Amino acid sequence: MTAPLLRVEGLRRHYASGGGLFGRARYVTRAVDDVSFDVMPGETLGLVGESGSGKSTTGRLVMGLEEPDAGRVVFDGTDLTSLSSSQRKPFRRRMQIVFQDPYAALNPRMRVGDFVQEPLLVHGAEAGPDRVAALFRTVGLDPAFMQRYPHEFSGGQRQRIGIARAIALRPQFLVADEPITALDVSIQAQIVNLFQDLQESMGLALLFIAHDLSMVRYLCSRVAVMLRGRIVEMGPTEAVFGDARHPYTQALLSAVPIPDPAHERGRKRLAFDAGGYAFPPAAALRDLGGGHFVLMGEAA
Amino acid sequence: MREVWRALTRRSGWLGLLGATLLVVLVLLAIFGPWLDLPDPTRTNLRARMVAPTLSWFSLGAHPLGTDQLGRDILSRIIAGSRVTLMVAGAAVLLGGVLGTLLGLISGYFGGWVDRILMRLVDIQLALPLMLLALMVVAALGPSLRNLVGVLALVSWVRYARIVRGQVLAVREREFVQSARAIGASHPRIILRHILPNVLTPALVVATLELARVIVLEAGLSFLGLGIQPPDPSWGRMLADGRTYISSAWWIITFPGLALMLTVLAVNLLGDWLRDFFDPRLAVR
Amino acid sequence: MALLAIEDLSVGFAREGRFARVIPGLTYGVEAGETLGIVGESGSGKSVHALALLGLLPQPPGRILGGRAVFDGHDLLAMSEARLRDLRGGRIGMIFQDPMTALNPVLTIGRQIAEPLMRHKAMSMRQALDRAADLLALVGIRDGARRLSQYPHEFSGGMRQRVMIAIAISCEPALLIADEPTTALDVTVQGQILDLMAELRDRLRMTMVWITHDMGVVAGIADTIQVMYAGRIMERGPVDAVFANPRSAYTYGLLQSLPHGSRPPGGRLMQIPGCPPDMFAPPPGDPFAPRNPFATPRCHVEAPPLRPVPDSVPGHMVAAWYDLPRLLA
Ligand SMILES: Nc1ncnc2c1ncn2[C@@H]1O[C@H](COP(=O)(O)OP(=O)(O)O)[C@@H](O)[C@H]1O
Ligand SMILES: Nc1ncnc2c1ncn2[C@@H]1O[C@H](COP(=O)(O)OP(=O)(O)O)[C@@H](O)[C@H]1O
Ligand code: SF4
Ligand SMILES: [Mg+2]
Ligand SMILES: [Mg+2]
Repeated sequence: MTAPLLRVEGLRRHYASGGGLFGRARYVTRAVDDVSFDVMPGETLGLVGESGSGKSTTGRLVMGLEEPDAGRVVFDGTDLTSLSSSQRKPFRRRMQIVFQDPYAALNPRMRVGDFVQEPLLVHGAEAGPDRVAALFRTVGLDPAFMQRYPHEFSGGQRQRIGIARAIALRPQFLVADEPITALDVSIQAQIVNLFQDLQESMGLALLFIAHDLSMVRYLCSRVAVMLRGRIVEMGPTEAVFGDARHPYTQALLSAVPIPDPAHERGRKRLAFDAGGYAFPPAAALRDLGGGHFVLMGEAA
Repeated sequence: MREVWRALTRRSGWLGLLGATLLVVLVLLAIFGPWLDLPDPTRTNLRARMVAPTLSWFSLGAHPLGTDQLGRDILSRIIAGSRVTLMVAGAAVLLGGVLGTLLGLISGYFGGWVDRILMRLVDIQLALPLMLLALMVVAALGPSLRNLVGVLALVSWVRYARIVRGQVLAVREREFVQSARAIGASHPRIILRHILPNVLTPALVVATLELARVIVLEAGLSFLGLGIQPPDPSWGRMLADGRTYISSAWWIITFPGLALMLTVLAVNLLGDWLRDFFDPRLAVR
Repeated sequence: MALLAIEDLSVGFAREGRFARVIPGLTYGVEAGETLGIVGESGSGKSVHALALLGLLPQPPGRILGGRAVFDGHDLLAMSEARLRDLRGGRIGMIFQDPMTALNPVLTIGRQIAEPLMRHKAMSMRQALDRAADLLALVGIRDGARRLSQYPHEFSGGMRQRVMIAIAISCEPALLIADEPTTALDVTVQGQILDLMAELRDRLRMTMVWITHDMGVVAGIADTIQVMYAGRIMERGPVDAVFANPRSAYTYGLLQSLPHGSRPPGGRLMQIPGCPPDMFAPPPGDPFAPRNPFATPRCHVEAPPLRPVPDSVPGHMVAAWYDLPRLLA
């Protein structure tokens, strides 16, 4: 078996809020709580869960945009969390991120060509206009657009620009944080196809954070389900979708709308109170076989 | 820029357009004053003391706005004074703006103790009366053009710092800044390429409003004898000198006063308009 | 008889001296008891037309250029603002996408539910608050009596949307217009809201217009689906017929671009090329033609009218010059 490209071990990030100048914080949000997973080279791991479950925070921690309170992010054998920012720089060209909001993700005061070129400059790579033009073509944009500013582009085009920047350094690993959530239905398929093409041509591994479970099922080989900062179920996509074991996963899957009226009329949604759910004591991910893990208490 | 121009020429922009026009005329006058073939603003002529204004523009040697107590031509003094005033105010605004923007950027971007110290300084300075601060510094360092610019810059940097810092806090969280960090861009690069361009417009708005304030402040200091020194003409000085003759020769104090008022009005109109122009967007972003 | 009949509604927007007819002339009806699902990507005029017929369109920049919207025998567009206010929140309920902006942050939830009851049903504050507590229970918020005194920020997103629903149905409206009420919500919460709405609709015999961009949501809640693009109806009809046998290339594209199951090796999603038209410079002819691989030369110059599909169920209509099944065969 090959070694994982990315290994996340016991990652934790808690946010304190509401504290006064002297007093202790009143609330602690356990945004990410003991999260572990692997991503193999070229693989797509889906990360799903309700909003606020810690998906984006996990993505930021993996990218080193934020420091974890505990845990390790091991990329290709190197523990990134122990590195200084200059030691980390070479890894920056090997892992990149694409954001959800195509409006906030581009610098409104920078020509999009310069924006795509910037990572090449920062890392001293070949950054001529031909290289940038090639990147534009790779993501399906006309290189003639290089001189324009972001406000002249539609949401889908902006997302392509963000992707062009992210793949400029030919990374091996990409975090895609809800890259299609804000896009129109007719544009989503374009972007998903683009990701797939890139993956095939570059051997890219993806951490695909998403809302849309149908798309995750379609695109990802494995999926992890998050609930209030913890992974409650993880495994090969078909195992999780076909044989969900955690009540939250079951509820989630039972709620996905399917574009088929007959199916919808017969559907029975399962109730699950995500806010009120209590994790069993000493809960840990346990292997059901075939790499299908479920969060369970000791006794279960 | 095209957008700015279009908005200025719309009906709702006429006040801003008026301000901009006045200011342009003023700057042109200040720049091309020496070529206007006006009497030397510092040449005294005791035989022509306190000549009343006359409307005969083209008659040779006439003083359209009259002369002062030493027989100097008021129109040429106002124009010459505008050079000094605008130069001093412009330099002060530029210096204060650059300093304030830089400190605001650093404060907002790095946060932590740097931020706490800088913002405490800002609070303290905002609590002090400006005139008092300026007076203290000039009294300590002595009046000179350079000190004057320095003092004026010193009293105005805080407003930039404060506004810019607030904007940085908002921009810093936006995803393109995170993206810059993700590609490994250095702090100076992130600040200069990604944050600065997105906080520049509010800083520009502050600059126009500060320009008006600084002009008034300079006039005040000169009026008190702590600003521009004679025989160099300055509006503040002219006001101070003319004060004594207000009942016998009203024009000595009235015309420089009017010039000052118009300038401040123009700058304020433009500044208010700029603020309204940019503010709705700033709120949305 | 149609409860709501929109005839040739036409709406435009002025921006920077340019003018766009974002809805060039919309005609459709909703029968009493029917649930109409309107789908289409953003910018297709779904919200604008709903706001226009409720008298809520900001004018300017918007402008209603003509048409009628007959509700219960009266033209909403010709009605005085005062009469419209009586209808809104009374006989016509509304739910919008963002519950946080639609609720007033400084008023208690109880006040906000009670207000339409006092206004439209002439209840006293006491009666209205009692009814409000019942309504909260009806939309699945437990402990309603206590929560009446809470403020919107004390509720989660899904809870706020339930409150919006409580307000919208408080006066037992004949017609409920819901504009993307679940778009901002999580899948599980969306599912709960959909179940709740279906139940309330049946209980109160409401007629609903449900606006969304999610084909799966329409499939679940609507009797009739109406697909809109660039302010026009591309296709409409009973959900079963349209989903099973789409006749517009746009409907077909929307359905095909959705993933089904997991990806077969080497598989790709069918994608609709290009992006929606700029309404300030719309293409001549059918607005979808530039993105439509099936477009005929005629589509590019002349917009097709909405006509019944000859060999389908009654009510199935399409605006197309081409015959999609023949082209696909
Ligand atoms: N910078 C922050 N400060 C405080 N709380 C935060 C911060 N970022 C995220 N959170 C909280 O952490 C939790 C997880 O957030 P996030 O990772 O964005 O979730 P998701 O991406 O799954 O929607 C949420 O409750 C959120 O409010
Ligand atoms: N306030 C506005 N000013 C200018 N154009 C607007 C405004 N609101 C909506 N539009 C335009 O009207 C069209 C329809 O918008 P909308 O009804 O909101 O679409 P949908 O709800 O289907 O996403 C779009 O082209 C949009 O750009
Ligand atoms: S973004 Fe600024 S510079 Fe660019 S067109 Fe608009 S106003 Fe002019
Ligand atoms: Mg997120
Ligand atoms: Mg809408």
